[in-house]
Amino acid sequence: MAALYEGYTLCGLVPDQNLSSSGIQGIEEERDRDHVVVTDSTRSVTLYKVSDQKPLGSWTVKQGQKLTCPAVFNSQTNEYVAVTDNKVIRIWKEDDILLDKAFKATVSSDVWKVHCTHGGEPVVLFQRGAVRLLDSLLAAPQQPIEEVLAQEETIRWSTIIVAETQQFIIITTEQKGEHFLYLQRLNPNSVQRYRLEREEPGLSPLSFSAIYKDKHICLLYLYPNGHMYQSVLSVRGLGTEEGVQALPLPRSLLLGLPVGDGQLEAASAMALDEAHVAVVGVPHPSAGGGKDFLCIWNTNFQTLQAGKEMAGKIYGQLWSYSNKVFIPHGKTLSIIPFECPKSSLASALGKLKHTKTEGELNQTCHTLRTTRKSQSTTNLTTDQVLELIKTAPVEEIQKEVEGFLTRSEFQDLQPSVGQLALTLVSRSLADPAFYSSSTLAQLVHTRCLCHSVCPDLVLLALEKKDYFLCQLCLQFFPDIPEAVTCACLKTRAEDKKKASAPSQLICPVGLHKAVLINEILQTPYSDTFLLPHLKDLSSQNVMLFLQYLQFLYLKYSQDAFPQMEGFRSPSLSQIMDWVCLLLDAHFTVLVMTPEAKGLLLNLHSFVKSQVRLVSELGKIEGSLQQLHKMKAKESIGQYSIEIIELF
Amino acid sequence: MGEFKVHRVRFFDYMPSAIRTMAFNSQTERLAVARADGAVEIFNFNDNFFQEKVIPGQDGRAIEALCWVGHRLFSAGLNGEITEYDLENLRPQYTVDAYGGPIWTISSNSQGTQLAVGCEDGTVKIFAILEERIQFQRNLNRHKGRIISLCWHPSSAQIAAGMTDMITIYDAETGQATRRLLVDRAMGASKNKEVVVWSVGYLSDHTIISGDSAGKVQIWNGLTGTLVRTYLVTKWDVLSLIINASQDESSVIAGTSEGTVIQFQFISSTLDQHDKEWVRTRTFRNHSHDVSALAHTDTAVVSGGMDTQLVVRPLLDKVEKNTQESALRKIAFPHRSLVGCAKKAGLLLFQFPDRLELWKLGENFHYVHTGKPGDRLPVKRKPEKLIELKRKGEDHICCSALSACGGWLAYSTVSSVRLYRIQYNKTISINKVPKLPKELRSVHQLCFSSDSSKLFASSCQSSVIVVAVSQQECRYLHTLKHKTGEWKARMHLLCASDDGKWLATANTDCEIHIYNLHKMKLHCMVPVYNSCPTTIAIHPVTNNLISVHADQQIFEFSLVQKEYTQWSRRLQTQGLLSLWLERDTPITHITFNPKNPDHIILHDTYMFCIIDQSLPFPELNAVLWNQMTLKNLPVSQRIGQSHAFKICKIFQHLMCVSLLEDLSLVVVERPLLDIMSQLPAPVRQKKFAT
Repeated sequence: MAALYEGYTLCGLVPDQNLSSSGIQGIEEERDRDHVVVTDSTRSVTLYKVSDQKPLGSWTVKQGQKLTCPAVFNSQTNEYVAVTDNKVIRIWKEDDILLDKAFKATVSSDVWKVHCTHGGEPVVLFQRGAVRLLDSLLAAPQQPIEEVLAQEETIRWSTIIVAETQQFIIITTEQKGEHFLYLQRLNPNSVQRYRLEREEPGLSPLSFSAIYKDKHICLLYLYPNGHMYQSVLSVRGLGTEEGVQALPLPRSLLLGLPVGDGQLEAASAMALDEAHVAVVGVPHPSAGGGKDFLCIWNTNFQTLQAGKEMAGKIYGQLWSYSNKVFIPHGKTLSIIPFECPKSSLASALGKLKHTKTEGELNQTCHTLRTTRKSQSTTNLTTDQVLELIKTAPVEEIQKEVEGFLTRSEFQDLQPSVGQLALTLVSRSLADPAFYSSSTLAQLVHTRCLCHSVCPDLVLLALEKKDYFLCQLCLQFFPDIPEAVTCACLKTRAEDKKKASAPSQLICPVGLHKAVLINEILQTPYSDTFLLPHLKDLSSQNVMLFLQYLQFLYLKYSQDAFPQMEGFRSPSLSQIMDWVCLLLDAHFTVLVMTPEAKGLLLNLHSFVKSQVRLVSELGKIEGSLQQLHKMKAKESIGQYSIEIIELF
Repeated sequence: MGEFKVHRVRFFDYMPSAIRTMAFNSQTERLAVARADGAVEIFNFNDNFFQEKVIPGQDGRAIEALCWVGHRLFSAGLNGEITEYDLENLRPQYTVDAYGGPIWTISSNSQGTQLAVGCEDGTVKIFAILEERIQFQRNLNRHKGRIISLCWHPSSAQIAAGMTDMITIYDAETGQATRRLLVDRAMGASKNKEVVVWSVGYLSDHTIISGDSAGKVQIWNGLTGTLVRTYLVTKWDVLSLIINASQDESSVIAGTSEGTVIQFQFISSTLDQHDKEWVRTRTFRNHSHDVSALAHTDTAVVSGGMDTQLVVRPLLDKVEKNTQESALRKIAFPHRSLVGCAKKAGLLLFQFPDRLELWKLGENFHYVHTGKPGDRLPVKRKPEKLIELKRKGEDHICCSALSACGGWLAYSTVSSVRLYRIQYNKTISINKVPKLPKELRSVHQLCFSSDSSKLFASSCQSSVIVVAVSQQECRYLHTLKHKTGEWKARMHLLCASDDGKWLATANTDCEIHIYNLHKMKLHCMVPVYNSCPTTIAIHPVTNNLISVHADQQIFEFSLVQKEYTQWSRRLQTQGLLSLWLERDTPITHITFNPKNPDHIILHDTYMFCIIDQSLPFPELNAVLWNQMTLKNLPVSQRIGQSHAFKICKIFQHLMCVSLLEDLSLVVVERPLLDIMSQLPAPVRQKKFAT
């Protein structure tokens, strides 16, 4: 669930007399996530450190001059760029005190805005639609600037977006009640013009927002009637015919927001990520008609995820940097941290395991496909395979499922694999003579299954003593409940090796069991849920398990222990966590067990050595921290351009 | 003087080759050094250790030993061949196969009539040294095992040969082995490993001194075949050993794998005794790696090895203390420029033995005007390697040139010249110019005219070939010669004037000739100075020739008046400061400031200097490097304090300093640490507290 956290104030505002504008022109990210530059609507630019809520520096232009665009920060040169009186570009550094003494250049046409992405070069957008890179503009400031927009066409909004390595400027304009969108690619320059579909007559979009996802630019816009539309623009194959023709821009209704009485006036919507939108100036559906709310909506499920009432007037302005929303309201500029986690079933159930990258997944699918050589003669559908599973013998099922998996596309697998597994498991449970280990293993291998889809699978495998399948489930399921983990552990331990005298350096369990226990150690769990189940283990089991953990610990303490890449072994901290958990659960019993005495003494010595290690680390902590503080000596590198002076 | 924008370049990964062996000729005071890539360099110890000649290497030519016979230089190597070099045209004159497998060592008798080589197959082969060639005479009796080292007795009657586990003494007359000296193996674990006698020395009194792979230096009585003394000097190998044979044979130096050089002297161990014995006296540590080559001059120990540096360490009992002569000298870089710079196009050409690299310099943001001295400007465009041109054939590149416009590129090996046309449209294209005139075959130096219309090439017999280059063809124009008949000294420097009228050449006989290119004939000759010019340049405005010599003297010669200029005479009268004269690396490049004709920019390895001809010379008691003083003075007082030499030491280990047309400086650095870091790991040594 997305959440809005407790906000704090960055600074006070000096709004207009009639409260029509907040007094802020723009907020831009500065050198890192914790610094922003705030430009007010008249004469000054202020640099804030967000976490300290305090200004670090402020620059003001002379009386009579006016900042006409928000200052941006050029992280390549550590300079600020702003425009005064539409035509004068000013560039200064943090240690410049007087803005008037800093660099300035007058250009030949009115500037709309300067845009700059982090790490990118500033781009100047003129009011008549032309675009220049700052550096090339300043090489000849008086160069003629062409007119891109038609007569009576004016810019309403603009932004810059980076798609892979390409920078795009997006401009929306209005001409005689019609709205257009320009997608301007930089370097090489090309532009495409789109026409926005008309909403109800007389309605103009209140706000725009754009993000880049999946190789497309996603444009979001909100109308006063509460309709929020999304249009997707491809960044590839941008027309070369310089946008003569205004293409119609297809749109889809993303959300119909409640508008209360009347229409929205000062409202704004902003895409936070692929599935979440922050909306300000729109009524909360369950709080009457007041419009001073900040809400986060999930666009996938069309649900309201979080809402917060903002005191004072809302100006319809909204910025968002690094999980913080900047919102001017009343007489303050507030910062509200938020969180939009990915919604998934597994994350709701428990700890999410390390997420595999897409590439890795595709590769497994690929290998799956190429290794399955046997081809079924008939191409059965999912339903046919399901029917077959209910009656056919094991070999035939295996063949058909294999064929089915080979044929299907990875995207389509998800639902059918669940159904197949469920049917297989229920038949196995009903008919004790039937069990198809390899088919189940195949299904688990697709990584489309999880425990919640097929809750009986692991227990079935345990019952059938199919430890390989257990291991696969433990490895691939992100959501195995602690009770099942413990059940696995119990069976494993019961099956212990008949070792006469378990020495410390001999593995107390057999290889296959060790592999499975290792897998268990890496399974996600939460302490509180695991502890009660651990208490169910017999003291014998606990002893054996602890002996194994001790064996692992000793192995790890030898510096030559091969921790190979791709070899799935638990980390030292996972081992220590399990030792602690087991001791917590069974300490009283173990203390009373004479056989456990030696083991406990050993474990005690481990703890002692760990404590010693930590305290030694603590001693050098100061020195190590000093390293951080040390100003890194500037390395010269392969190439630099320097200024020297000879006298 | 003002501010300069400097392109500080460190991406020239020049890597010198390891020193394999060296030989010192005490009559001519020349040191020949052979490197692992087969190149042979000649240093003139009479002329400030100037590297006057370089014979380029060749793939597969692994030189193991060098030997001077009078003025003639021979080498032998693992390819089994003996080579004599043509020291004027800087190429092998001929090679003779010894037919004994790889050759490990070569040595000539004291009369210079015979050469002995030690071969892999266990034979010592004697060659007679004839006028123009060498001829096989006979084999000495063959033994099992390879011959690693050889030394003639000064009487030429015996030869000592170092082998594995023993030293054999041959009678040079009969070819019979007269004695065998068995060399002990190392103690302990390596007892089973055979010991290799890497080096032997044979003294007049029949003392034999050997250095071996067990870390021992041993003194033997060659008459009786008895071991006199053993010094265990290292845990690793004693790789090289040499006697000061030209003097009284009282000093021997040995080089080890640890990078140390150890001196032994034949002295009486106590003051009142007359009996002399060999005593270990000094240890020098100037190398990080194997010392595989040594030379013992009258006053200094010269060593070289894996770490590629040539070190001249004066023996303080032989030289006057605290003089330039007593200073340690390390020669790390070649005494010629390996970097070409196209001033108009902002391109750099890097010359490697096996390839050329063409780079385009980066660019800063135009609008950053806020750079203060000491600032580093943000880079808008990074430098870019445009072309990497691999050499053809097995001969290494000996010289290269890039035209000022960047459109032409030429390089030469000892066997061929190649010329390329480079075009910069949207992409870069490089095309080899076919059918070069046949006169362009073997050249030592290449240079383009400043308008890129002509290519000058210094050829054999001290001639300069002028070739016209254009889009359509490459046409031979003329051969410039200054004398007819037997004239052989090689041109090592070429330089054309900006207006295209003059061409200056300098050779290793210290002569500088000026040609008039309009008339295509010799204009004049600059009075010969007794030190070799290290670089020359013609001033673009005044057409004065600036020459800097190995002894660090600077001259300015007016081409029009055919005489030294007033400035030059004043400089000679007043004299250069000793701090200037005592610098131990030569000036390798001169460039001029197109905006201010008074400025001459020159550099050596450790500094670059702008000489302002409008300012007075420093007084003899003045501080030469006065930049810090001037910086701290108020502007009004600077004038009174400043002098003509503006020296900048911010940049170190310079391979090139040049001024581009846009008045920004290009500085190519190759930090020694970067070279060190590419060397293989040295042998492990116990260091205190490790």
